[in-house]
Amino acid sequence: MFLYNLSLQAPTAINVAVVGHFSGTKQQEIVVSRITRLELLRADQNTGKMQVLLTHDVFGIIRSLTPFRLTGGSKDYIIVGSDSGRIVILEYNPARNKFEKVHQETFGKSGCRRIVPGQYLAVDPKGRSVMIGAIEKQKLVYILNRDSAANLTISSPLEAHKSHTLVHHCIGLDVGYENPVFACLEVDYSEADLDPTGEAFNNTEKMLTYYELDLGLNHVVRKWIPGGNDGPSGVLVCTENFISYKHQRVEELRVPIPRRRNPLEDKSRGLIIVAGVMHKMKGVFFFLLQSEEGDIYKVTLDYEDDKVNAIKIKYFDSVPVAASLCILRAGFLFVAAEFGNHRLYSFTSLGDDNDEPEWSSEDFIDAGRDMAPVYFTPRELQNLERADESESLNPLIDAKVLNLTDDDTPQLYALCGRGAGSSFRILKHGLEVSEMAVSELPGNPNAVWTTKLRADDLFDAYIIVSFVNATLVLSIGETVEEVTDTGFLSTTPTLDVHQLGDDALLQIYPQGIRHIRADRRVNEWKTPGNRAIIKATTNKRQVVIALTGGELVYFELDAQGQLNEYQDRKEMGANVSCLSIGEVPEGRQRSRFLAVGCDDHTVRILSLDPDNTLDVLSTQALNAPPYSLSIIEMMDIGTDSIHGTLYLNIGLLNGVLLRTVLDTVTGDLTDTRQRFLGARPVKLFQVTIQGNPAVLALSSRPWLSYTFQSRLHLTPLSYDSLEFGSNFTSPQVPEGIVAISSNTLRIFAVEKLGTVFNQASIPLKYTPRHFVLHLPSRNFVILETEHNTFSPSEKKKALDAKISQGVAFDPAIVDLPPEIFGLPKSEPGKWASCIRVLNPFKGITMSLIELEENEAAFSIATVNFHNQNNELFLVVGTAKDANLAPRTCSSGFLHVYRFVDEGNALELVHKTPCDDIPMALLGFQGRLLAGVGKALRIYDFGKRKLLRKCESKAIPNCVVDLHTQGNRIIISDMQESVHYASYRLHDNRIIIFADDTTQRWITTTTMIDYDTLASGDKFGNFFVDRLPSETSEEVDEDPTGNKIMYEKGYLMGAPHKVALIAHYHVGDLIVSLHRTTLVAGGREILVYTGLMGSIGVFVPFITREDVEFFQTLEMHMRNEAPPLAGRDHLQYRSFYTPVKSVIDGDLCEQYNLLPMEKKKMIAAEFDRQPSEIQKKIEDMRVMAAF
Amino acid sequence: MDNQKFCFSSVTLRIDFGFQDRFNLNSQLEHLQSKYVGTGHADTNKFEWMVNQHRDSYASYIGHHALISYFAVAQNECIARVKFEFVEKMLQPCGLPVPRDEQ
Repeated sequence: MFLYNLSLQAPTAINVAVVGHFSGTKQQEIVVSRITRLELLRADQNTGKMQVLLTHDVFGIIRSLTPFRLTGGSKDYIIVGSDSGRIVILEYNPARNKFEKVHQETFGKSGCRRIVPGQYLAVDPKGRSVMIGAIEKQKLVYILNRDSAANLTISSPLEAHKSHTLVHHCIGLDVGYENPVFACLEVDYSEADLDPTGEAFNNTEKMLTYYELDLGLNHVVRKWIPGGNDGPSGVLVCTENFISYKHQRVEELRVPIPRRRNPLEDKSRGLIIVAGVMHKMKGVFFFLLQSEEGDIYKVTLDYEDDKVNAIKIKYFDSVPVAASLCILRAGFLFVAAEFGNHRLYSFTSLGDDNDEPEWSSEDFIDAGRDMAPVYFTPRELQNLERADESESLNPLIDAKVLNLTDDDTPQLYALCGRGAGSSFRILKHGLEVSEMAVSELPGNPNAVWTTKLRADDLFDAYIIVSFVNATLVLSIGETVEEVTDTGFLSTTPTLDVHQLGDDALLQIYPQGIRHIRADRRVNEWKTPGNRAIIKATTNKRQVVIALTGGELVYFELDAQGQLNEYQDRKEMGANVSCLSIGEVPEGRQRSRFLAVGCDDHTVRILSLDPDNTLDVLSTQALNAPPYSLSIIEMMDIGTDSIHGTLYLNIGLLNGVLLRTVLDTVTGDLTDTRQRFLGARPVKLFQVTIQGNPAVLALSSRPWLSYTFQSRLHLTPLSYDSLEFGSNFTSPQVPEGIVAISSNTLRIFAVEKLGTVFNQASIPLKYTPRHFVLHLPSRNFVILETEHNTFSPSEKKKALDAKISQGVAFDPAIVDLPPEIFGLPKSEPGKWASCIRVLNPFKGITMSLIELEENEAAFSIATVNFHNQNNELFLVVGTAKDANLAPRTCSSGFLHVYRFVDEGNALELVHKTPCDDIPMALLGFQGRLLAGVGKALRIYDFGKRKLLRKCESKAIPNCVVDLHTQGNRIIISDMQESVHYASYRLHDNRIIIFADDTTQRWITTTTMIDYDTLASGDKFGNFFVDRLPSETSEEVDEDPTGNKIMYEKGYLMGAPHKVALIAHYHVGDLIVSLHRTTLVAGGREILVYTGLMGSIGVFVPFITREDVEFFQTLEMHMRNEAPPLAGRDHLQYRSFYTPVKSVIDGDLCEQYNLLPMEKKKMIAAEFDRQPSEIQKKIEDMRVMAAF
Repeated sequence: MDNQKFCFSSVTLRIDFGFQDRFNLNSQLEHLQSKYVGTGHADTNKFEWMVNQHRDSYASYIGHHALISYFAVAQNECIARVKFEFVEKMLQPCGLPVPRDEQ
């Protein structure tokens, strides 16, 4: 078996975000690391809408990022610390929209190792050097400079190693133009390691160490140094509960971190700062620091010259807990959330003049280490305002692929988020559409166009709507109003409208053509006899109309702005069903090609050249009548070329879209790709998306074919079905689409290009763990369990206790909305948990059961008990007083619920105690198969409780997942991979007969067939195991069962071993795996979802030739396009175990990003054309997924 | 000078080369031990080995964002706190050191 891996959605988590002028212009951009991808974002200066400019898969783990600017430079570079054992400096090239590698220096082994630098990056603010550090011991300093040609140069590394030292953090100090200094928070463990009494351990202190890079002597010294010009130098050290300002020869200043006023707080629990950002404006600077509760504090320094007198802290606002905070000069704060959606806030004030209390270090001079805590009251946002949000699935905890809405493609139902930010999400394939306006029209219109008045206008002036017997002209201004004096004929339907020449307008209606000049002179051309125009197509210089009977008339604009008819007309010999003429290419007189679709199932390309006007150049036969045509130039070659590829899009009557390359010289049609769009005929319209031409294809649902990052995408829009569409630009909507849907006019925009899924989100209460579908009602039952949190009853109990102790508090404080402020922390070992029945389509919780007495739910299954007439029950595995490490509980329980009220509610039948945490449940032959800790048991339904029927104790650690087919059971152990077992009905025994040779920390498993399973582990590996067929047969054909029962174990395990048939490092922790199909009529594939929000597929290859082709392509890609962060691709995909039988489709798809010479070079190795290779790569994706 | 040409090869190749090389081997091992923290030696005891394993593991958890997120979700703590606690634990991951036998 060979598999082809493709990612459908990159990880949505962000671990680092940095801001800088990466394009070298005034506009600031944000570069974020989505762990395995590098992404460049830009926020609109006014609206704050974020736009993804570029995303690039680096095939490695990005651990740190920092912007870097040379002294006096205006452009920021990006320095990447990753798992590659290399430091990489990247530059963003805005012209080609690419990250370019400027430098790559190797310093150590690859992998996330203890002593190999990459975890920490610190730069000198003046842009002279960078420090890259490891968690332990190693720190390297590189000197960066520019050569005579102003190129960035990098020195050989200077070592600043200190053995037996752990590093918590490191930063660069602003020291002006003195020698660069880096500050590190270090712990030395050498003495603690040698002292068995523990005294040295207790005396271990964290040290703030300065590393000075002596530029003169070219070496690094550990020492203390003086301050710079922009303000005082020094560091803020954020410790548990307080922040201190420290610097050489200066007394330390400390201020406590204000805590939330909360009567239930655990006073022994410290508060730490998790993220921070420093912002410098004219003459002032401040820090925004965020605590682990999500509260942002503003910290300012009170200083004279370079002496700091005090640090002051005040509460600013509360936002989700961030992995990184970035302040943009345009007045935005980007919060890259550690979990959940990332947000952009705009500053409404800097919190200077509110009445929020402020604490200064001066008040705490004598307090020493045990300062009394200070408190603030959290409140709604006051200084920030939400500007934009980007969806993130991280952490994605469980998912299912199901088609519950009977759409063309299945939906993905996912459990996401953590704590109060949790959500249940429904993901549908499609682009999100933001609707700007919906207005009703007096009747059902047929068509809509927009037009400018002059060729050089920026915005459209009119919307023209055509009805069965009239035409309505609306002018676009502050409001959209009907106008009558435009020169358009309003008493007839319209066939086409276009802005012609420099300043004229053109209306085509069944009886003729109106050419409206700028001075309102109207030239009319009437159809001969009783014939009517049935189809028309125009661009800004040419007009082609088709008359009834299949006659074509061609007009062209001359230099005087006069529309002239070409002397000959062309008889097509069949009825013309559609026409299309391309845009006039830049700097040309005319478009050279006309496409004509006739109802004899053909499309013909006609020449419009003066030499051979209206001669047929090429013909394409189709399998259905053409319905709509569009000749369009798409910018999919790469941004470095001005010209794209000329495509002819053909929409057929049967709902298929064909895309054919139209040769710009000969007019030949080559390289046809087809895609089924829907049940209705396909109508095509040209629109502009992000400045590039795109095609709106309307069938039973709307689709958009557009280019994004030099790749052609064809994606459905998540919107109502539409009948007609046109481009729309106005000052309010710079780039939109106006469309008709029955009797309404819609204006909408498509913004989040490149996204594959459109999401609907339903909020949950606690971290979701697992869910099942109740098929008869199509409700989901979701388990939500939260550690370290008050359950509602515990919270009430604790509050009552406080009240009885006489503690006074404001009730509003204990009822803060958890979706903003999070759930208050209890103490470790306390759990809050609930079982929710959710209707996903209405988004309504049908019923919710809170678990009491510190019980937490961990597993769920629906079971048809055979002794209850196969009635469907819900079984939930819970544990009381569960402890995380070591994994223990005071008692486990199996709750059995009956579905009542048509599956909308649950009724507890009984509760069965068990000795350990039930982590896996499964309905098995009319009974319940339960993994209770390391025991695997079969329970039957009893009157008072479940009855234990059978047990196997051969599982080494803990059962986490169960699957079955027939008598075979596949058991996943938490730590020791998978076990194959057989249930012997006659002996009532579960016998394990095969296991894996590799120990794996399984997260999820799925059965591909009776003998094969696919699984993911905690380190981001994917693998497929198969039981050899002879073993499988031998086990099944053993009538007495004695053979496998008494067979000797092999290698300290089961007698047989499974064979590894595929292995691959995905780079994200796989949380669910499904065997399913994603596209209508497509192949069965494996879909996986990862914890960080990634979604991908494994497509099995059908032919050996394809495998060889992609293997060779992958090999060439590894050589020609080595990953950006410096990691070796093969090594990365073989992170823990060598990659086996899996080809990386994401790497193969980077073929499209290569420069043309390289594309040709690789294609030559296959004796093919680059377009053929591209087609093959695209086919691989569209056949199986999207 | 003769053994100079073997300098490029790995340590194992040099084992049988007589007393001088054995001496050299020791110095090479020492070099490795000082360069790569955690390299074992003849006297490594179980405790030291465990401590190294744990420190390596924690460093790996911190480096792999997916893993540290997994811990953070399970513990209901923020990633920064989990990371902080892991670095703290690296100081003494297996409890107090075991006194060495005086031999």
